[in-house]
Amino acid sequence: MFDIRRIPLSALLGVVITAVYVVVAIFTPWIAPYSDTAVVGDVWAPISAAHWLGTDNLGRDLLTRLLYGARITLFIAALATALSFTLGASLGFTAAVVGGWFDEFLSRFIDLIMSIPTLIFALVVLSVLPTNTVTLILVMGILDSTRVFRISRAVAVDINVMDFVEAAKLRGEGKLWIIFREILPNALSPLVAELGLRFIFMILFLSALSFLGLGVQPPASDWGGMVKENKDGIVFGVPAALLPAAAISILAISVNLVADWILNRTTDLKGGRGNA
Amino acid sequence: MKSPLAKLVAQRVGLSVILLFAVSILIFAGTQILPGDVAQSILGQAATPEAVANLRASLGLNQPAYLRYLEWLGGLLTGHLGNALSNGLPIGPELWQRLKNTLFLAFWAAAISVPLSTILGLIAVRHKNGFIDKMISATTLLTISLPDFFIGYLLIYFVAVKLGWFTSVSTVFDGMPFLQRMNAIVLPATALTLVVLAQMMRMTRAAILNVMQSAYVETAELKGLSRFNIIWRHAFPNAVAPIINVVMLNLAYLVVGVVVIEVIFVYPGMGQYLVDHVAKRDVPVVQDCGLIFAAVYIGLNMLADIFAILSNPRLRHPK
Repeated sequence: MFDIRRIPLSALLGVVITAVYVVVAIFTPWIAPYSDTAVVGDVWAPISAAHWLGTDNLGRDLLTRLLYGARITLFIAALATALSFTLGASLGFTAAVVGGWFDEFLSRFIDLIMSIPTLIFALVVLSVLPTNTVTLILVMGILDSTRVFRISRAVAVDINVMDFVEAAKLRGEGKLWIIFREILPNALSPLVAELGLRFIFMILFLSALSFLGLGVQPPASDWGGMVKENKDGIVFGVPAALLPAAAISILAISVNLVADWILNRTTDLKGGRGNA
Repeated sequence: MKSPLAKLVAQRVGLSVILLFAVSILIFAGTQILPGDVAQSILGQAATPEAVANLRASLGLNQPAYLRYLEWLGGLLTGHLGNALSNGLPIGPELWQRLKNTLFLAFWAAAISVPLSTILGLIAVRHKNGFIDKMISATTLLTISLPDFFIGYLLIYFVAVKLGWFTSVSTVFDGMPFLQRMNAIVLPATALTLVVLAQMMRMTRAAILNVMQSAYVETAELKGLSRFNIIWRHAFPNAVAPIINVVMLNLAYLVVGVVVIEVIFVYPGMGQYLVDHVAKRDVPVVQDCGLIFAAVYIGLNMLADIFAILSNPRLRHPK
C-alpha cells in the first residue's frame, strides 16, 4: 500500500490535488495577496497583473476571496464530516452489537429522517435556527450521520457474527471492547472510502446552502457564497461566479478519484487477504 | 393471483401514508420545538419583548405544541394551508400555482432524461468497455462531482450569454402560450437533465449487465441470436424492474434538485418559494412546502416499489 509506484495515476493525481487544497487552506493568510475584505479595484475588473483572477462584485481581489473561501469551505465541511462520522458510526456499531429493540427503534427512526430529502429538511430546520457556523455544522453533521449510520450498521452486523467476535464475547469482554477493539479495526477500510464520499457531499451541501443564501453569511464567504455574490455578473459575460464553482468541482473530482481507489482496494481485500 | 397482489400494493400504500404522517410530525417538531423561540428568531435579537409577545400570540405559540400540530394537520387535510407570516395572504393559491410550475419543469426534464438515459445505457452495454462505455463512466464521475449551480451557470454563460440562444431568466406566467413557456424552460430543463442523466445511465447499464450474466442469455447467445436481439428480447424485459426503480429514484432526486435549479434560473416554482421564505423565516410556508416536497419524494419511492412488485412476479411471494 505504501509503495508509491502501485498507486494508479488517477488516484495519485487525486491525492496531490487534494493535498494542495488542504495546504492552501491552512496557509491562506500567508499566501493571499490582499486582505479578504479590502476593496482593491473596480467592480468585476478583468484579469490583470495585479489581480490574477480579476475582482469580484464589490471590487475585492477574486484570488484572495477564493483562497479564503477554500479555508472556510474545507473547515466547515471537515468538522461536519467528523461529527457525522462520530455520531453515525458510534450509533451504527452500537445498534449492530446491542441489537433488539434498540436497533429496531434507531433503524426505523433513521428511515424516517431519510424519507425527507436532506436539502429540504435542512431548509426547514434552518428557517427557525440562528444562521451561524455552529448551527451549520450541527445541522449538516446530524442530517448526514443517517447515511453513515446505515453503512456502519450494515458493516458491523456482518462482522458481529464472525468467530473472533464470538470468541471475545465468550471471553466476557464488554460491549465497548467489542465495538472498539473487535469491530472498529475491521470496519475501518470501507468506512475510510465512505469518508471521502461524505466529505465531498458535505462540500456540495454547504455550497448549495450558501448559494441559496442560508449558509455562511457575508462578509465571510465560502465558495457557494461567492457564486451567489458574483452570479449577476454572468449575464454581462463576467465569469467570476464560475471560478469558485470550478474550484469545488476540481476538489470533488480529486477526492472521488482517491475514494474510488480505496474502495477498489477494499474489495480486493475481501477477495483475497494477501495484499494487506 | 389477483387478490394477493392487490393486498401487497395496498400494504405498500398504507405504509407510505403512515410514513407521511410521521414525517409531518417530524417537520412540525423541527420548526416548533427546537431550542430557542421561533418568535424571537424571526424578529432577531434586537426585538422588543412586546413585539415578541405579540408575534407569539399571533402565531398561536401560547397553545401547547400538540394542539398547534393538530390544527395544522387538520387544516392541511381540509385544504387550508394557513396564512403566510410575511404578507398575511393565504398560502394555498400561491403554493398551488408554484407546484404546477415545478411539476411542469420536472415533467419535461423527465420526458427527456428517462428515454435518453435508457437508450444510452443500452448502447453502453452493447459496446461494453468500448469508447462510449468509458465516456459514460467518466461523465458519471464528473456530474456527481459538479455542484448543480455550476452546470446551471455554465449553461447560462455559454448558451444564453455567449451564444444568445435563450434568455437566462426563465419567467413563466399564467396564460403564457405553450410554445413560449417551453422556450422559457429549455435551459432549466437541460440543466436538470444533465444533473440526473449520468446516474440514470450508469444504473441502467448495471441493471442490464446483471441480467446479461444469467444462464438464459448464454443460451440465447449459443442459439446464435444477434447481440442486439439478445439485449432487446431477453435481457431488457428482465431488467425493466430495476430500471423503473432507478428511474423513480432519480425522479425523486429531480424534484429535490429542482430547488437549486429554480433559484439559478429565477423560475417561479416551489423550490424558489421555499428558499425565499426560509430566508424570511416564514415558518408556515416552510412547513407546507417541506411537507409537499417530502410527500412527492415518498410518493415516487412508493411508486418505485409498486412497479417493482408488478413487473417482477418473484417479489409477489416474499419467502
